[in-house]
Amino acid sequence: MKWIALVFMLLASPVWAVEPDEILDDPVLEERAREISANVRCVVCQNEPIDSSNAGVARDLRLLVRERLVAGDSNDEVYDFLVARYGDYVLFKPPFKPSTYALWLAPIFIIGVGGLAVFMMLFRARRTATRVPSDLTDEEQKALDAIRAAQKKDLP
Amino acid sequence: MIPELGQFALALALVSACVQSLLPIMGAARGQTLWMRSATASSVLQCVLLIFAFGALMWSYIVSDFTVLNVVQNSHSLKPMIYKVAGTWGNHEGSLLLWSLILAIFGAAVAVFGSNIPLTLRARTLSVQAWISVGFLSFMIFTSNPFERIFPAPLNGQDLNPLLQDIGLAIHPPLLYIGYVGFSIVFSFAVAALIEGRVDPAWARWVRPWTLAAWVSLTGGIALGSWWAYYELGWGGWWFWDPVENVSFMPWLLGTALLHSAIVTEKRNTFKSWTILLAILTFSLSLLGTFIVRSGLLTSVHAFAVDPERGVYILGLLGVSIGGSLTLFAARAPAMEGGGLFAPVSREAGLLINNLLLATATGTVLFGTLYPLFLEAITGDKISVGPPFFNASFIPITLALVLVMAVGPFLSWKRADLKGVLSRMKAVMVLSAVGALVVWYLETGGPVLAVLAMGLAFWLLCASALEWARRVKLFQSGAWARIRRQPRASHGMSLAHIGVAVLVMGATGASAWKEEEVVFAEPGTQVSIAGFDLTFEGVENVRGPNYLAQVGSLVVTRNGEPVTVLYPERRSYPVAGTSTTESAIRQTLAGDLYVSIAEPAATNAAGKWTLRVIYEPLINFLWIGSAMLVLGGLLSLSDRRLRIGAPRKARAPKLATPAE
Amino acid sequence: MKRALAYLPVLVVVIIGAFAYWGLQGGRNPAEIPSALISKPVPEFALEGIEGVASPGLATADLKTGELTLVNVFASWCVPCRAEHAVLTRMTATQDLRLVGINYKDRADDARAWLEELGNPYLAIGHDFSGRAGIEWGVSGVPETFIVDASGTIVHRFTGPIVGDGQRRFQEALDKVMAGS
Repeated sequence: MKWIALVFMLLASPVWAVEPDEILDDPVLEERAREISANVRCVVCQNEPIDSSNAGVARDLRLLVRERLVAGDSNDEVYDFLVARYGDYVLFKPPFKPSTYALWLAPIFIIGVGGLAVFMMLFRARRTATRVPSDLTDEEQKALDAIRAAQKKDLP
Repeated sequence: MIPELGQFALALALVSACVQSLLPIMGAARGQTLWMRSATASSVLQCVLLIFAFGALMWSYIVSDFTVLNVVQNSHSLKPMIYKVAGTWGNHEGSLLLWSLILAIFGAAVAVFGSNIPLTLRARTLSVQAWISVGFLSFMIFTSNPFERIFPAPLNGQDLNPLLQDIGLAIHPPLLYIGYVGFSIVFSFAVAALIEGRVDPAWARWVRPWTLAAWVSLTGGIALGSWWAYYELGWGGWWFWDPVENVSFMPWLLGTALLHSAIVTEKRNTFKSWTILLAILTFSLSLLGTFIVRSGLLTSVHAFAVDPERGVYILGLLGVSIGGSLTLFAARAPAMEGGGLFAPVSREAGLLINNLLLATATGTVLFGTLYPLFLEAITGDKISVGPPFFNASFIPITLALVLVMAVGPFLSWKRADLKGVLSRMKAVMVLSAVGALVVWYLETGGPVLAVLAMGLAFWLLCASALEWARRVKLFQSGAWARIRRQPRASHGMSLAHIGVAVLVMGATGASAWKEEEVVFAEPGTQVSIAGFDLTFEGVENVRGPNYLAQVGSLVVTRNGEPVTVLYPERRSYPVAGTSTTESAIRQTLAGDLYVSIAEPAATNAAGKWTLRVIYEPLINFLWIGSAMLVLGGLLSLSDRRLRIGAPRKARAPKLATPAE
Repeated sequence: MKRALAYLPVLVVVIIGAFAYWGLQGGRNPAEIPSALISKPVPEFALEGIEGVASPGLATADLKTGELTLVNVFASWCVPCRAEHAVLTRMTATQDLRLVGINYKDRADDARAWLEELGNPYLAIGHDFSGRAGIEWGVSGVPETFIVDASGTIVHRFTGPIVGDGQRRFQEALDKVMAGS
């Protein structure tokens, strides 16, 4: 029975999000509350923000976030409050600190190294493209260049 | 009896695959034609056996044979027939059987249609394909037998998860698997080429249709999954950067890179080792996806038959196939370069940048998805890497890609004139700037990035259209004849690129300018959103085949004029003991009006409903763009099949086509 | 150089494979989050007792008495708590333990009936009807049990019911703390 396919196990419970009674009267604060709760991970769900989770604890946290905002906390203060209790795990956006430097710098590193490789390849390609394909002797090449130059002048 | 026959067929398929994994490749090494030819027979046999096995399982589902454990766990006699059929692959064992079946179908297709592929390459490719088959068939037979009986047989089944009882999700997994597994044949071709030690334009040409077919299916599969999430989950989200989504997205990204780099190999006989590497890595990422989904290595919303022991088996399989093929690559690839030369401004260079960006995007998604695991292993800390990280890293890369993608098709092979191209694109620049300004004017509230994204989407759209129009000389006489004469692949390219532009518009619109209202509703409650006025009329009880539904109705008006009536549903499935949200959507090109209802969580709201009304601008552009990608791919594919599947027939139209 | 570079993909795959293998080792639960409160002082909170139950309420000061304390978060609606309750009751009877409870998101009537039926091994119970104290403790689900040392510092958190293998693991952690203090 262990093998029962628990397909989409968590989604099986109704996924439900912010409830009307939670919404703040102040639209600016509410907007901030929604933004924060979209970035805070529900601690009992698998991989959902509290904003779209129906878990009881998620609802408590949504209310708490709004309470802190009404009390005048900044967004960062709210995040800090949550991190102090639940750890970095609750943040969908990992903080930039030594343990996550590698994560945040990875995209830049990858594109940097890849870009360098591509640049070198193009540079090499330019060198070889101009030199290698000509099986012509130097004299022939000079003659060809002269013809090309003449044609260019004629064109306009 | 039928299930036993199915199991027997499964075992025979494994035997056939074992023979196929050895005989043809040994024949190729020794020059034994007969041994090599045996690959055709064994791959067809394997395919027929697996079709039979799959049919047997499907039969058990159709007749609701509750002596089969798998049917008991995933079906119910009252379930509508289509979901009984879909139940066959809606579980771990059945989906694995489908996986193996598709693997065999691709093998048999190469065996049957690949008559123009040199015998040795074909024999080796089919042997490599059989190695993969042996791995998966033995995995299935020894750890996840779909035909296991149960005694005593229960009277009825436990039902398929109601969320999966949906047409979108019935066809989403098969499409996704065709995509994943389709890359297996490309992988087999690559490994066979490494064994032969030879990669040339002909090789790239043989591989291309398979790559395209896999890519088209994967595109469709991902889009369908996204669409399902959008209308079924009840809050209008369509992409969550969940690990399970990421692992399907990574092969897509890299497969797209492969599609482009293979063109260079085909036309210019260069980028060879890179193309081979991409072919191996794309399938490796597909395998990684299967592994992550089934092993429970990462936490995801989509929990699928999580079992670490099975995970170790798949991991072993992965280690052998990926590690082995990459080691072979490392040994053989460095000797393989050479071929056409090109200038820093040329179509080759453009495609190189395309590959750089796509590979970076893939690497970023891979690293972000696995980083929590890395960190946990090293420091024990648990962190979450979610949408903010992926958006911050993926969006800039995509925008850069869109920027250069518009220019690429204008560039000629070997050496291109960038100044000339850009001067031809002046009108496009102006148009996209105007487009961005219009967007900015209309939506002053949106983020600046969204305006930029819209501008770039216009840029890509106009540039692709212009490139196509210039190529077919649209405004000169005889345009239609030219359109018909030109290779369909080039039309496919234009269509797919325009599809990307449309997709970017959809993604931008639906993320940046989404509006949402959530209220407690009782009959008479009114909500206004995006110019629409909605009145909640109440809820009625309705009985479905295997569920009970509460259907709300909302009258929608705009400026007092009636628009439509929406019926969002809340369904409860007594057998499965769960309920689902069936949202009601009014779809228009400009945006969707999306309504869903649910029981309130608050205790003081008895008798009311939580009503969620969402306006998602441009969301349908996402599906239209995806459809264009699929159609573009199919258009290209139809061209290729003409040239490759039937070389004789192809010669005639080809002669009529002037050289490119 | 180029030859060495060609082995780079193999290296990457081996590294990812090694991490994946580590991740599949038994006992690892990817959904389990370590408590952020380990080696931190107990959070500030003050809870009333449950109406109609003799045990007093619970507040921060009650955990800074110079004695090791177990803080068990439970609820009457939580099915595993029922099995755990018997184990905890036995543990307090056989070992010299100071056990207090936080009754999480429970109605007073339900909690009282539950305790009357199963017995009350708690020296004090805070009634956390709103779940707010639970958030202060970083509780994600019930049951959860914290070991608080004599100075009022949280030294261990155990998630899930203390039964069967869980009981063995919890006892191990408890013995380790006791031996250390």
